[in-house]
Amino acid sequence: MTVASDFSDDVEPFRLSMLIYDKRYRSYTLQIITIALFMLAVGWLVSNVVQNFRDLGKEFSFAFLWEPASYDINQRLIEYTSRSPHWKAAVVGILNTLVIAFLGCIAATILGVAIGVMRLSKNWLVSRLMTVYIEGFRNVPVLLWILLASTAFSAMLPAPRQAPLLLGGAFVPTNRGFYVPAPIWESGSGVLGIIFVASIIGAWLFGRWAKARQAATGEILPVLWIRLAIIILPVVIFYFLLGRPVGLSMPELKGFNFQGGGFVRNSFMALWIALSLYTAAFIAENVRSGIQAISKGQTEAAYSLGLPPKRTMNLVILPQALRIIIPPLISQYLNLTKNSSLAIAVGYMDITGTLGGITLNQTGREMESLLLVMGFYLIVSLLISGVMNVYNNSVAIKER
Amino acid sequence: MSDTQSNNSLLYVSTKELPELPAPVNTSGPIAWMRDNLFASPRDTFLTIVFGILVVAALYKLIPWMFTDAVFFADSIRHCREIDTGACFAVVTSRFDQLIFGFYPPELHWRPIVTFLLMFLAFAPLLHDNLPRKLLWFTGVFPLLAYFLLWGGSIWGPLLILVMIALAVVVFSIVSKALNSTLGLLAAIAFGVIWLLFVHDGISSALASAIPVGLEPVESAKFGGFLITFVIGVTGIVGSLPLGIVLALGRKSDNMPVVKMLCVGFIEFIRGVPLITLLFVASTLLNYFLPPGTTFDLILRVIIMVTLFAAAYMAEVIRGGLAALPRGQYEAADALGLNYWQGTRLIVLPQALKISIPGIVNTFIGLFKDTVLVSIVGILDPIGIMQPIRSTSEWNGIIWELPIFIGFVFFIFCYIMSRYSMYFERKLDTGHRS
Repeated sequence: MTVASDFSDDVEPFRLSMLIYDKRYRSYTLQIITIALFMLAVGWLVSNVVQNFRDLGKEFSFAFLWEPASYDINQRLIEYTSRSPHWKAAVVGILNTLVIAFLGCIAATILGVAIGVMRLSKNWLVSRLMTVYIEGFRNVPVLLWILLASTAFSAMLPAPRQAPLLLGGAFVPTNRGFYVPAPIWESGSGVLGIIFVASIIGAWLFGRWAKARQAATGEILPVLWIRLAIIILPVVIFYFLLGRPVGLSMPELKGFNFQGGGFVRNSFMALWIALSLYTAAFIAENVRSGIQAISKGQTEAAYSLGLPPKRTMNLVILPQALRIIIPPLISQYLNLTKNSSLAIAVGYMDITGTLGGITLNQTGREMESLLLVMGFYLIVSLLISGVMNVYNNSVAIKER
Repeated sequence: MSDTQSNNSLLYVSTKELPELPAPVNTSGPIAWMRDNLFASPRDTFLTIVFGILVVAALYKLIPWMFTDAVFFADSIRHCREIDTGACFAVVTSRFDQLIFGFYPPELHWRPIVTFLLMFLAFAPLLHDNLPRKLLWFTGVFPLLAYFLLWGGSIWGPLLILVMIALAVVVFSIVSKALNSTLGLLAAIAFGVIWLLFVHDGISSALASAIPVGLEPVESAKFGGFLITFVIGVTGIVGSLPLGIVLALGRKSDNMPVVKMLCVGFIEFIRGVPLITLLFVASTLLNYFLPPGTTFDLILRVIIMVTLFAAAYMAEVIRGGLAALPRGQYEAADALGLNYWQGTRLIVLPQALKISIPGIVNTFIGLFKDTVLVSIVGILDPIGIMQPIRSTSEWNGIIWELPIFIGFVFFIFCYIMSRYSMYFERKLDTGHRS
């Protein structure tokens, strides 16, 4: 204490001008000014909103969500009629958004990885074609692709009566939409489902056992084939033992239209295909740069250790390339999810189409509807980027 | 070859230079190229044949349709079909003015064209550093000139803005000499705000009524087609870069948690929601946030939203560049005695921006493509104008031609931007990037 008091005489006394000139205090001054300006701006905006709401005789409330929506949605995963409340319409929209995002991510990943690898092919023709694909899709707005797919489907595909029956009548493209087979769940399908889940767990356990065995004895089992057998065989055997509990309902032409089977609307198909093709071009570039970033020395080192090419790929190249590929891949997933809001241009009823579209226009609740829609997208984005951060931290190179 | 060997076993010594032999046939020439690049292995041969057949089949259908059988001049789709069987690009030529200018008065089309050409002149000193630096003055004046040319009206408004900027610079230099530069900046901004709120309108309308000089005004609602794409896209690009830099610096300022929190909140919010919801906010909600009775036009609102949107993405790109810069560079700037703004301007930003060029240009391209979303809130950009043209009786039934044309124009501009960024990156590459 005595030492501190000795030095305290040398410490410069605080002067008001230090708030501006002294680096130690200036940040406080600036922050206080920032807070003040920010509060002023927020206060001004809020007071404007209050004033405007009062002038229009509106009030800020979410009660409209429980009023009947009185509009129909032609694509829905849950029970919904036009008498259902608005919140249920929003839920239908949310589910539709999630479906298109999920299917789009899967299709875009498969396509994008394939194209990215082919882009690196030594075959001149293949790599050139893939470059053309990538540049073509990346440089044209996605909305144009979506609109193009939608108009092409409704204008070029035939009416149901002239529609071609592809894959033995299982897949029928028409100008109204696509008819596909739908599964029929009969009694006993539950048992089959349980068996399926059980065999997946079994395959996973087997993989762990095989790994432990390899570590102990050095012997390598054909894990992939045994795993496939564990997953597929029991399901097939029980499928016949239980008397084929899962059937397929095929679309059949009756009168002017098809009956039975599943029906996928053109709007969904157009959105799905356009989003997948567009995002695949970006994913392909990420895959390409990820693979190229791994130096040739890694492959050569693995070869000189005696690893065969396939194991080199699986054990040396891919783990390193994935660390580079996955973060931008996930941000492409995010982009796809956000781009799926363009569904509104082709009439697919996602959250922007139901809550941010028809509900907004019918009830005149712009503020509340848009807040909810933005909140939904924000939550999805933050969830996905949270997952991404966890992954990034788990694979980041541990530097010493 | 060792010495003993060369002494004892010399059997043949050439006394003259032998002529060079030609390369073996199978290592050069088109045949060898094809063997290496197309038919290197059975798998390659198979791929080449399959893809080759696909390409040839597609071109066989596409080339006659797009070029030899296409119709470029006709009155309607029926007329087109009478002339030939291919694509009916007549829809593009007959509606060309609408696709490019929207409903901008035809006799005034020279104004957007002049603006477009001057835009290249304004960008030139930024893109090529061997041009005279004096051109930068033109770049600075260009936004006001473009505004005046496109929207017309009295010349005094833009001129007074110039006067305001000059006065703000004077205020800045006086205050920063007397006190310090941060306060100088604040004073200059405060001066600008006061000028715009209280002084500007009075003087400009007084001058306009005293000396009426100007162009015929054109209202925003008449803008359309690629004109609107460029107005929104270029304004967004020009506005988002500085805003993005400020946001990125704010996000990186660890000693000011409040500023950092505000920047992070803004960036994450904007990046978390789709642009289309922000455009809905601009078209339906923004009026609630302004004093009652204020209206300002949709295009301006949309431009603001698009700029903010792009700025958030830009901030993340630049943050990546800032993070990639070695810590030693910041410390070196401190060690030289530079203050924050000097260090940022002279040491940090030039390097960080260089690292982030690819990302910045990607953001520009994304922004340029995203401008088509404004068609959903009812602005007649090329896509917004496409549907009305399709539903007219003359062109009902046109499917591919308009999207092909619009997509082609977008492709050209985006492709040029991406190529330019590659060239720029190579030019700035000093070889010791780490």
